[in-house]
Amino acid sequence: MIPVLLIFIPLVSGLVGFLIKNEGNARGWALLSSLATLVISLWGLTVAKTSPLLHTNVAWLPDLGSRFAVGLDGLSQILVLLTAVCFPLIFVATWRDQYKKAWNFYALMLLSQAGLIGVFVATDALLFYFFWELALIPVYFLCSQWGGERRIAATFKFFVYTFLGSLLMLVGIIWLYWHTPDHSFSIESFYGLRTRVSGQDQTWVFWLLFVAFAIKMPIWPLHTWQPDAYEQSPTATTMVLSAIMVKMGLFGVIRWLVPVLPIGSWAWGDTVSTACIIGMIYASLVAIRQDDLKRLVAYSSIAHVGLMCLAIFATTTTGMQGVMIQMFNHGINILGMWIVIDLIERQFGTRKISQLGGLAQKAPGLAILLVVVALANVALPLTNAFVGEFLLFSGVFSSTATQYNVVFTVVAGLSIILSAVYTLNMIQRVFFGNTNALTERGVDIKANEKLVLAAIVVLIVVVGVYPKPMLELTKETAEMILTKMNYKL
Amino acid sequence: MNAILLSAIWGVVMMFSGIFTKSKTAIRNTAIVGLVFLLIANFEDMIGNHVPIDVHKMLFFDTFGLLGNSIAFASTLLLVLLSGRDMEKVGNNLAEYFALVFFVLCGVAIVTTFNTLLMLFLGIEIISIPLYILTGADKRNLKSNEASLKYFLMGAFSTGLMLLGIAFLYGASQNGTFFIDDLWTGGPTVAAKPLFMAGLLLVLVSMGFKVSAAPFHFWTPDVYDGAPTVFTSFMATIVKVSIFIGFVRLFEEGFGDAQDKWQVFVAIITAATLFIGNVTAVFQQSVKRMLAYSSIAQAGFMLLAVLALNSVSKQGMLLYAAAYSVATIGIFAVLIRMKDYTFEGFNGLARQQPVLAATVTIFLLSLAGIPLTGGFFAKYYMLSAVVSSGHFLWLVIFAVLCAAVSVYYYFRVIQAMYFKDGDGTTEVEPGAGFKGLLVVLAAVVIILGVCPQSLLSILSKFPYTW
Repeated sequence: MIPVLLIFIPLVSGLVGFLIKNEGNARGWALLSSLATLVISLWGLTVAKTSPLLHTNVAWLPDLGSRFAVGLDGLSQILVLLTAVCFPLIFVATWRDQYKKAWNFYALMLLSQAGLIGVFVATDALLFYFFWELALIPVYFLCSQWGGERRIAATFKFFVYTFLGSLLMLVGIIWLYWHTPDHSFSIESFYGLRTRVSGQDQTWVFWLLFVAFAIKMPIWPLHTWQPDAYEQSPTATTMVLSAIMVKMGLFGVIRWLVPVLPIGSWAWGDTVSTACIIGMIYASLVAIRQDDLKRLVAYSSIAHVGLMCLAIFATTTTGMQGVMIQMFNHGINILGMWIVIDLIERQFGTRKISQLGGLAQKAPGLAILLVVVALANVALPLTNAFVGEFLLFSGVFSSTATQYNVVFTVVAGLSIILSAVYTLNMIQRVFFGNTNALTERGVDIKANEKLVLAAIVVLIVVVGVYPKPMLELTKETAEMILTKMNYKL
Repeated sequence: MNAILLSAIWGVVMMFSGIFTKSKTAIRNTAIVGLVFLLIANFEDMIGNHVPIDVHKMLFFDTFGLLGNSIAFASTLLLVLLSGRDMEKVGNNLAEYFALVFFVLCGVAIVTTFNTLLMLFLGIEIISIPLYILTGADKRNLKSNEASLKYFLMGAFSTGLMLLGIAFLYGASQNGTFFIDDLWTGGPTVAAKPLFMAGLLLVLVSMGFKVSAAPFHFWTPDVYDGAPTVFTSFMATIVKVSIFIGFVRLFEEGFGDAQDKWQVFVAIITAATLFIGNVTAVFQQSVKRMLAYSSIAQAGFMLLAVLALNSVSKQGMLLYAAAYSVATIGIFAVLIRMKDYTFEGFNGLARQQPVLAATVTIFLLSLAGIPLTGGFFAKYYMLSAVVSSGHFLWLVIFAVLCAAVSVYYYFRVIQAMYFKDGDGTTEVEPGAGFKGLLVVLAAVVIILGVCPQSLLSILSKFPYTW
C-alpha cells in the first residue's frame, strides 16, 4: 500500500502536471505533490516492520513470471526517505529559477521521482529494470531541454552510457531468470540462486550486472559521462542526478548483485575495490584542479561514491550499514553543495572559482551555511558524513573478505585528506579574500533559500550527533544481505 | 483459407473498381471495407469457421500463422487509414495500387500458413511481383524506376536460388516430398546428405534476402529510398514481418530437428545484420534512409527468433511483428507528410506540431526498446528466447550492444524535434483524424509495453481446429 502510493503520487501528479499550463501553478503543484510523497514516506517509517502496509504484490505478467511486487525494508526506507526529502528541498531551493514551459519541467521532475522510488521499492527484477529505465527517460528530456550550451552532446553521452549498461543488466537478469527453478523474477527466487548458479557462471554474470551499476555510480573508468552531464544539466536536475540517481547504482549492487551472486562478488571483490580506490584518488586529484564549481562537486561525488562501493565489497556489518547511512548523508550533503552553487551562479552568472572571491563579506548567511555543508563533505566529526565514513572505513579495515584490507583503508584514507584540500580551497577562494568587481554587488540569500539550507544543516547535525535511529533502521537489512553474501552457507 | 480467398477476390474487385468510379475517396473506402472484411474473415478462421475447401495439407492453419495474418491485415488497415491519401499522390492509378496491395496480402496469407515448400514459393512470389510494380509506381521519378529494376533483378535472382534450394531439399528427402514436416523423415541420414545442407543454405539465403538480412541486404536502402514512401512503409513492415513468420515456420517445422547444423549460419547472419544495420544507420542524413537501415537492424533482432526457435521465440515474433509494424507505420505516416526528409527537416517540429512530435517520440522509443513501450517486450522476448536455449550468449550480448548503438540514430530524430531550433513542419496541416489515429497508435504501443499479455494470451486462447 505505502510503496504503491509512493510511486503513484508522483506518477499521477507528474502526468497531470503536463496539463497545468501556468508556471506558478505548476511549481506549486510539484511542491505539493512532493510534500505528499514525503508525508507518505514518513508514515512508512512509523508503521511496524511486519505491517502488511509495507508490501504489495499483485499479478502483472503471469506468463513471464513477473509480478508487480514492491516492498519497503530498511534499505529501501532510507533511500525512499532520501528521495522524498530531496525533491521538496529541490523545488523550494530552485523556486526562483526560470524555465521555458515550466509545467513540462516540473512534470518530468515528478516522473523521474516516480521512477526513482520505483527502483528502490521494487522486489521483482523485471519491475526493477522497468523503473531503472523509467527514471532515466525524464532525466534525458530534462537535461536536453533545459541544460547548458553543450547539453545535447553531454546528455546523449550520459544516456548512451547508462542505456548500454542497462541492456547488459537486462541480459544478466534474463539469464538469471532462466536459472531460477520456478522461472520467476521475484527477489526470493533470485536470492535462491546464490547456491544454484555455479561459481564459474557467477564470475561472468557478475559483470553483466555490475557494469550497469558501475556506470550509474559511477566507478572509474566508467565515470566519464558524469562531469559533463552534471555540468550541462539544469541545476535542479543535477541535484536529482547526484543526490539520488547515483544511489541507484549502489542500491543495485546491494540489493540485486552481491546477495544474488556471492561467489562472483567475492571473486571480483579485489578488482572492483582497486577500481574504486583508483577512482577515488584520481577523482580527488582532478577535483583539486577544477575551476568550475559544478565539475568540482561532480568529481568529489565520484570519490565519495567510490568509497561506498569499496565498503560494500568489504562484506562487514559496519561497512554495509555505513554504506546505507552514507548514501543518505551524501545525498543531503551534495544537495546542499548544489544549492549553494546554484545561488552563486544565479547571482553572479558564473561558476568559475577564479572569477569569484570575498563572498563571505557580502553574503554571510550563505557563507555560514556553506561552511557547515562543506565540513560535512569532508566528514568532520559531529556531521552526518563523519558517522557514515567512520563506519565505512572501519568496515573496510576490519574486512576479512580481502587480504588487502589495510592497504585499501590507507589509500582510501588519502582521499579524505584530498577532499579536505579541494573543499577548503574552494571555500577559501570563493568566500574569503578580497571581493572583485563582480562580487562587489553581491547580496545575501533570500528566505526560501535560507530555509532549505537550514533544513539541510539541521539534518547534517542531527544525523551527525544522533545516528541511532538510522543505525537501527538499517541493521536488519544489512545483516540479511551479509548472510546472503556469505557463499559458504 | 478465408483470408487467402477473400484477399484474392478483393484484389480483383479493387482492380475493376477503377473502371466504375473515378472518385478516389470511393476507391479508398472500398479498400478499407475490404481490409475490415479480411480481418473479420481471418478472425472467423481463428474461431473455427472456415470455407470448406480441402487443401490437401498444403496449407496448415495454426494460431501462429493466423495471428500473423491478423497483425499483417490490421497493420495494412492502419497504413491505409493513416496514409491512404498519400497513396493518391503517387500516381493516377489508385485502384491498381490497392489491387496490388491486396494481392500482396494474399501472398502474405499463404506465406504465414504454408505447409509445403511449393506453397512457400508461390506465396513469396505472389508477394514479390506486386511489390516490384509498387516500388516503381512513381513512374516519372528516376529513383523509383531504378529501385524497381534493382529490386526486380535481385529478387529474381534470389527466387532462382530458392527454387534451386527447394529442388535440392526435394531430392534429399527420403521419399521425395515438399511437405515441410516430412523433410526430416529419416532423421540423421537425411541431414548427413550434402544435398540437404546445400538446399537448406540456399533457402536460408533467399529468405535472408527477402527479409533484408546482411549480407543480402544491399538492395534494401536503395529500394526503400527510391520507392514511394507509402509503399516503403508497407514493405518495411507488413511484408517483412509476415515473411519472418514464414521464416520461423519453415525453420521450425522443416529444419527444427537439424538445429545444430544450421544455427551457426543463422547466428553469423544475425550478427552481420545487426552490425551492418545499426552502424550504417548512424551515418545517414535522410530519415527515410535511416529507417531503411533501421529496418535491417530490426530484422537482425527478429532473426534471433529464428535462431532460438522455441515457444518464447514464437510468441516474441508475433509481439515483435505487432510492435515494430505499429511504430514504423506511425513514423512513416508522419515522415510522408514532412516537407524535408532529412534530420534537419525535423528541427523544431515539437513546436509546430506537438502531437506529431510526441507520438513519433513514443514510436521511436519503442523501436529503441525502452520499457513501457511494446518495443521493449518485443526485444525482451527475443533476448529471452536465445538465453533460454543456453547457447549463443555472445550473440545476445552483441545484440544489446547494437541496440545501444540504435539509440543514437533514433534519438537524433527526437533531438531534432525537441531540442533544436528550426521550422521543420509538415507540407499541409494534418487533420484531426490523422492526429487522433496517431494518438491511438501511441496508446497501443504503450499498452503493449505495460501488458504484452493483452495481445498474446487473449488472442492465442481462441479455440482452433482444422
